[in-house]
Parts: sequence; structure tokens; C-alpha cells
Amino acid sequence: MKMGMLASRNSTKAVIYIVCIFLALISIFPFWIMFMNATRSTFEIQQNSVAFWPSTFLSSNWKILVGKSFNPVTGFMNSMLVSTGATLGAVYFSSLTAYALVAYSWKLRQPFFTFIMAILMIPAQVSSIGFYQFMYRIHWTNSLWPLILPAIATPAMVFFMRQYLMATLSLEIVDSARIDGAGEFFTFNRIILPIMKPAIATQAIFSFVFSWNNLFLPLILLTDNKKYTMPIMVSLLRGDIYKTEYGSVYLGLALTVLPLFVIYFMLSKYIIAGVALGALKE
Amino acid sequence: MRRKGINYAKYGYIFSIPFVVTFLIFSLYPILYTTVIGFTDLRGIGRTDINFLDNPFQNFQIILTNATFQKALSNTALIWIMNFIPQMLVAFLLTAWFTNRRFKVRGQGIFKVLIYMPNIITAATIALLFYSLFGYPKGPVNDVLMAFGLTDEPMNFHLQKWTARTVVAFIQFWMWYGHTMIVLIAGVLGISPTLFEAAEIDGASAPQIFFRITLPRLKTIVLYTLVTSMIGGLQMFDIPKLFLLGGPDSATLTTSVFIYNQAFSGSYLYNRAAAASMIMFVIISILSALLFFILRDRDPGRARRRARELRRIARTIDGEVSV
Repeated sequence: MKMGMLASRNSTKAVIYIVCIFLALISIFPFWIMFMNATRSTFEIQQNSVAFWPSTFLSSNWKILVGKSFNPVTGFMNSMLVSTGATLGAVYFSSLTAYALVAYSWKLRQPFFTFIMAILMIPAQVSSIGFYQFMYRIHWTNSLWPLILPAIATPAMVFFMRQYLMATLSLEIVDSARIDGAGEFFTFNRIILPIMKPAIATQAIFSFVFSWNNLFLPLILLTDNKKYTMPIMVSLLRGDIYKTEYGSVYLGLALTVLPLFVIYFMLSKYIIAGVALGALKE
Repeated sequence: MRRKGINYAKYGYIFSIPFVVTFLIFSLYPILYTTVIGFTDLRGIGRTDINFLDNPFQNFQIILTNATFQKALSNTALIWIMNFIPQMLVAFLLTAWFTNRRFKVRGQGIFKVLIYMPNIITAATIALLFYSLFGYPKGPVNDVLMAFGLTDEPMNFHLQKWTARTVVAFIQFWMWYGHTMIVLIAGVLGISPTLFEAAEIDGASAPQIFFRITLPRLKTIVLYTLVTSMIGGLQMFDIPKLFLLGGPDSATLTTSVFIYNQAFSGSYLYNRAAAASMIMFVIISILSALLFFILRDRDPGRARRRARELRRIARTIDGEVSV
């Protein structure tokens, strides 16, 4: 009896491991192919598109890639600027707004919070036509500002920061700072922000990745190739000029995600913990 | 507690100003502007003038009866369902396995890291990568299928409606099931362990425990996942736009791609795109209202637990950075 149960549990465990390993391989396979083919020539890829080891055509692929419309350095710099700017704006002002919601009692506090809850899920996409026309009128279509400034109002992050402050902030700290004569703004910058560091760290990672990956808004706003961000560079690889340059296309794709891979494998533990925490919406 | 003569309430307003001003300029105004454009004849690149139509609802009528828009709407729903059902099933299966104390699955950490990975990678890149992977007649997927003898001749995934839709749905599934799994596991770990212990003592089987204890307690999280996934699904853009540009024969054309194509290609029909956007906005608002009610009830104990967990993470990050 007992032996039978044990055997069935072991075979279940075997099934679990086989399925998990299979799923893990499915996650890796596309990216592995991408990195390997980035080093292979078009001819090699045409002969056999799956390779487990790199070849020697990395530099020739690079030359073909940058010889056409793809400019990874420009794309990288622009994406860096946009993602860093948007992340700084989002975490700072979301923390400030959350602090206003937690530390002060003002008449509109509850209505304002309800309002933030109500706009939590409004996507930027549904207002894109008005947004585009607005930017066109003020000549900001080829500027990076419209990709950075809207991040100052990120309702979901305010929500998260508020929940965090509600659980951690003791108003006695604020009061004692006041007795010491600290101004309200000083108190926020020097005392509250350091307390919020954990929440800021996890939210910053997600904000950066979200901004880095954003395609829709840059695609409608940016027409000047000196302003292109990485995802737009990627969309260029879809064009006819790279049609037969398989190796270069793979290399271009690999370049756009390289920073993400570095961030992910350095911080994966915290990213996954962050997803789990973000999920526990109250 | 408050000292006399100083009114701190005003700082509540002052500190909210940046958020409110930014929201008014970059969200509310564009939404209102989009609504207005929906009632005008605004079309053609470079135009910004506002002329209202004689029949103000003309654009909305045209869009709602437009065959391509209807097709885009049904494609969006179809692709979302094709991705969501397997996503939930696999995520639940993995959750059941990873949280089962009898199995004690090892290497969970590395499995989670690898399974979640596609979620943070640029969707635009993934769309193009899959375009190459599913290449015809030579491409990695076809090569693998032929090597294992699963097909005799290469399949042209890009040319057939159903294979194209299936690949788009698969990409969405592949990018999101890891996320859903982590969310569900977090939910299970939030359930009091004494419940499971009691059930085990009473001799409940693993499926009984899962369906009678785990599932009912995950109701809020499952609802939350469902609604956010629907809202996300309605905005599906990067993958269908770059994978096959909405083709073949509009089989992967989603509403977002439709709106983009109306406004930013061909005859630049800003007014029609604005009307379509507003229709989507109404649908998303209804879903958001649902979400609002799901999130309404708050549990301070859970908030404190989360804060504790965050502090722990921060300490570890600090530790690793300074090492």
C-alpha cells in the first residue's frame, strides 16, 4: 500500500520536473537562437537555422547592421534618457503624492484617493490621438519630453507607495522633525524618502523596464531618426532593407535586449519578489 | 498633537500639485481632445483645425459598422481568450505543484526566474524574433519540427490565418503565464498554513485541498488577474503590429493596430481613430469599474506584511550592492 503511494508520488514528481524543464527550455530557446545567430552569417543560417554554438561573423553582422538605418548607440542613448527620466519622475512624484495622502489630513484627501483608484487602469493608448495632436501643436513631436513628463502622474505607483507608507510611516517621526524646526519639504526629502527606499527600489525597476519597452507612443511621436528609441530601432529591422540579412537582424534584436538581460539576471530575485508583492493589491 | 497656529493641511494640497497638473495636461486634456476629434472631420497629415460634422455621431456610426473594426474587435477577443485560458491553466498547475508541501519541488527559484523572463523583454523584439523563428521554408521552428519528424514538409505559419493567430496568442501566453504564476503563488502563500495542516490531518487529498481551500481563497486575486489581463489584452499592439503587421488578411489585426493604422497611415483619419479610441475607452472604463470594486476592500494586516517583505528585499539589495 505505502510503497504504491510512494511510487506514484515519485512518478508525479518526475512529471513535474519534466514539465518544468520543458517550460524553462521554451523560455530560453528563442533567446539562445537569437544570440547564436547574431554571430552567424546569412549563409550559415540558411543552411541550418538552429545552432547551439556561436560562429565567427559577429563583426561582419555588426558592419551590415550599422551600415543601414539601425543605429544602436543613438537608440541606446535615447532609451536611456527616456527610461531614466521617466523613472526618476515617477518614483519621486509618486512618493510625494503618496506622502500627501498619508501624512496630512485635508478635506479632499479621501476624494483624491478615490479619484486615483478610478484612473488606475486608464491606458495612455486611448488618448493617443488627442495626445499626438496636442504635441504636434506645441512642436513636441520629435522631443523626448512627452515620453518622460507624463510619468510624473503614475496612479498605480501612487497607490503602491500609499499602501507602503500606511504600513510603515509613524507620524511621530514627522512630528519630531517639526519640533526640530524642519520644513515639510525638507522632512519629505531627508527623512521620508529614505524610509521609502525599499518600495522605491522595486517600483523603479518596473518603471524603467516599462519605459524601455514602450513602443506605441514613441512610434506615433518620433519621426526624426536621431530621436529613435530602441523599440523603434527594432521595428526598422522589420523593413525590406534587412530582408536578407538574417545574421544582422538577429544581432540587432540581441542588442536591444542585452541591457534587459543584464538587469534581469542581476536583480531577478527582487524582480520576482516585486511581482509577488505588487500582486497583493489590497 | 498639532502645534497651534500652523496649518499643515495645505501641504496635502501642495504636494499633490505636480501629480494633478501632470494628469490634467498629459492625460485628461488628451482624453477630452480625443473625444472632441471624434466629432470632427479632422483627417490628413499636418491638420489640427477643429470642424464639427453636421452629424456629430457620423464617425462613431462609421466605426461601429466598419467591417474591419468589427473584425479587429473579434480578433482581439479571440487572441485574448486563446492566450488567457491556457495561461490560467498552466499557471494554476505550476502553482499547485510549487506550493504543494508533499512534492517539495526543488529548483523552484531557477524555474521561476526562467519562466518569468520573457515578461520583461521588449515585446517589439519578441515579435520580430518570433517572425524569424517561424520563418518559411527555413526557420528554427520548422527545422526543429522536421528534425523530430512532426511534419514532413515546412509549414508556412505566416500565411495561414489560424497559425498566425495561434502564434500571436502563444507569444502572449509565453510572455504572461510566468507572471500569473508568481501572482497566484503569492496568493497561496498568503493563505494561513493552519488551514492546510488541518486539511492534511483530516486526510484530504491534494486535489481536494486545492479545490476546496486554495481556489476559494484566491478568488480576489483571480478576478484581479482576469480584469487586468482583459484590459491589457484590449491594448495588444506591439506583437500583432510587428509580427505580421496585422495580417494575413487582417487575421491578427487588433483594435489597437486598427486605431494606429487609421490615424498614422493611409489617409490619416484622425477623427475615425479618435472615435474608435473612445469606444475602446468606454469598454476599458467598464472593466476598470469592475476592478475598482474588487480592490475596494482593504486589509491593513496584509499591507504591513508586504511592507515588512519590502524592507527585507531592500536590505538584501543594499547588501549585494555594497559587497
